[in-house]
Amino acid sequence: MSAGSQGMQPLADRRAMLRAAGGFLATLLAPGVTLYAFGAQSEPAGGQASGKVRWGLLIDVGRCAPGCDLCVAACRDENGWHESDRPEIDAQWIRKVKLHDLRTGADREVPVMCQHCDKPACVDVCPTGASFKRADGIVLVDKHICIGCRFCMMACPYKARSFVHEPLRDQKPWAPRGKGTVEGCTLCVHRLDSARLPACVEACAEKGGGAMLFGDLNDPNSDIAKAVAKHASTRIRSDLGLGPAVHYQNL
Amino acid sequence: MAKLRFQHLERHSPASWVIIGLQTVLLALGLGAALYMEERGHAVSGMSNQIVWGLPHVFAVFLIVAASGALNVASMSSVFNRTIYKPYARLSGILAIALLIGGLAVLVLDLGRPGRIFVAMTTYNFKSIFAWNIYLYSGFILIVSAYLFAMMDREASQSAGLGKTMGWIAFAWRLILTTGTGSIFGFLVAREAYDSALLAPLFIAASFLYGLAFMVLVLGATSRDAGRDLLSDDVAQSFRGLLSIFALAVLYFTIVHHLTKLYASGHLGVELFLLRDGGVYPLLFWIGQIVGGTLLPLGLLAPARDIASARRVLPFASALFLIGGLVQFYVIIIGGQAYPLKLFPGFEASSSFLDGAVAHYQPSLPELLLGLGGISLAMLLTTLALRLMPFLPQLRPAEE
Amino acid sequence: MRRPATIAVISALIVVAAAAAAMRSFAGNTPVPHPPKGQGEHCVAETEFMRKNHMKMLLHHRKEAVRLGVRSEQYDLNRCVTCHAVAGPDARPVSFESPQHFCRSCHIYAAVSIDCFECHASRPDPRSRTAAMQPGNEEVAAIDQYLREIRP
Repeated sequence: MSAGSQGMQPLADRRAMLRAAGGFLATLLAPGVTLYAFGAQSEPAGGQASGKVRWGLLIDVGRCAPGCDLCVAACRDENGWHESDRPEIDAQWIRKVKLHDLRTGADREVPVMCQHCDKPACVDVCPTGASFKRADGIVLVDKHICIGCRFCMMACPYKARSFVHEPLRDQKPWAPRGKGTVEGCTLCVHRLDSARLPACVEACAEKGGGAMLFGDLNDPNSDIAKAVAKHASTRIRSDLGLGPAVHYQNL
Repeated sequence: MAKLRFQHLERHSPASWVIIGLQTVLLALGLGAALYMEERGHAVSGMSNQIVWGLPHVFAVFLIVAASGALNVASMSSVFNRTIYKPYARLSGILAIALLIGGLAVLVLDLGRPGRIFVAMTTYNFKSIFAWNIYLYSGFILIVSAYLFAMMDREASQSAGLGKTMGWIAFAWRLILTTGTGSIFGFLVAREAYDSALLAPLFIAASFLYGLAFMVLVLGATSRDAGRDLLSDDVAQSFRGLLSIFALAVLYFTIVHHLTKLYASGHLGVELFLLRDGGVYPLLFWIGQIVGGTLLPLGLLAPARDIASARRVLPFASALFLIGGLVQFYVIIIGGQAYPLKLFPGFEASSSFLDGAVAHYQPSLPELLLGLGGISLAMLLTTLALRLMPFLPQLRPAEE
Repeated sequence: MRRPATIAVISALIVVAAAAAAMRSFAGNTPVPHPPKGQGEHCVAETEFMRKNHMKMLLHHRKEAVRLGVRSEQYDLNRCVTCHAVAGPDARPVSFESPQHFCRSCHIYAAVSIDCFECHASRPDPRSRTAAMQPGNEEVAAIDQYLREIRP
């Protein structure tokens, strides 16, 4: 397991919580059994997304190993998109961009995904309002009302969105996706809503370089807020004034 | 002033029947292509995650821009009191509606989920220029229909005030509509080829040109069917002058748009791509749009000062302008997407998602059929309308 | 054909067709859907209520879940899919492509096409928590029995 100090802190809290759930998590069956035994009624988990929170990511490019694509593989596995023999129409919710510095010749790799902007261009241009920003800052596509016009894909400065070009089968039950709609990184909203980390962050922390730190940017006591305040970080195309929630260090 | 008379289109020449047949086949093929793309997904088209809007959008934008411009002849007669155009005002209105319906059909049928058009018509995000355009397009059809009613209804046409009011409303609406269409691209800060306030006026100038070019061609075709020239001498002369001015206006806005972008060193990459290094795009731009679509037809129109030669070159020049228009929108829409987004200035980027790479686009047959189907729909609707109601002018022998 | 004669023929045809349809339904020959029973007791609402209002409930809860982030076990679509899963000939749950799928069986009858399962998984995920509610799972039954004993 990585010893990266950035990834550990929120992970430690999560792990403590998970450990407290005890033997129920030894098998996947147990939580279902608990519900079954005690009646199937349950409270909505955690209420609704709060406007006080703003989820964000801090990525330390210095820790991002060239050739490592654990975050991409984790996202694929979690959300069900995959490579095919036609890369130009394949959906990609996160990708590693290889950068070659034209002046110095240095090479580095950066994971790029939906930046979950504060003033998202994709939300502005969506004719039906399918592209929307949730109260906690996550930018999502409501695929129930997406008409597939792809205007958000034209408007996004980060090429964050993909269009589903073919009929899909056997989608992951927690990540519905379908032909004719637009999709992109959801910050694993289905995981967040049950107090787990996004798949990419978890994979990078457990098996990778610990380059990704996830947390609440609005909470001054969170690790990410402290790190962003303390160390210099940049955001991609920040001159556009869209206010991305993904920060990059050592870019 | 002598009372204006109008006529139905009573018959078709054999050549017209062939064209109608061809358009019907193309329309059927276009609908089939749309169904095919919807069932199989856009994987069967040439569009991708890089070139998001393809040939159908080129045709759709072209038809929509031409539609608003086709109304110009009617506007000149009502709003600017140029009475020589009054015989053509009705045709101008119906052509505008038909072209818009053709363009909208292509746009809607290319959606990822065309069945959700009802969602699009009932759920709005008013910050989106696209949402505004939905209102502008449907409003255009209603307003121009009301305008035609004011022109054609026996009682309504008695009131000069009503005609003028509807004329003003339609004129203002069409300008806002074309500005909205141009702003679809102009508002996009993400892409270097767009992001310009000049795109809206460029589209307005383009609408004047392509709308009038369509008018000339439709008048030519229906004159053949009606058996006598429906274009009067003074209007033909005037159309020659107007087409030239509109073409020069489009050229002006194109030049200023590119010069401005060239001046900014940050945008040099995209401009050199579109104008010199991008392969098919500079070829289409210089040869298709500038030479073939602007300079050549202007060269045809300029020396044709007398009536006979003006009449002779008008249809050819119009056809060249229209082809140039399709090419212009191809370069703007597709060329603008082919150039990669610059996320990391100063770096050369590459990725599995084709960051940093020029996108390749090969128009597919379903897309082409859909686009041609849209043009065919517009033309068939026009022909049908001309047969059903008296839109065509009936010129007195002295006026021809 | 003369006008009155045409009208008479068409009216006769309509009457005959209507009578045939009426007779068929009176005779009980109209096919009605028999959607397979879900597992366990109903956990959302009464059957009749669900039949009439499930669409409204789906629309409401999907809006809450997607736009507001309100998620609940009770209204989770995957849980509906799991309990209402229908086993196919190979004893595995059928997908929406099969007319035996729970939603499909009624929707074919009502001739209302739905597009939910173009995006949503129409079969339960065998690894999901709610799959624990499948009958015949002996380990689950044993643990359930134990829990009932220790917590009456």
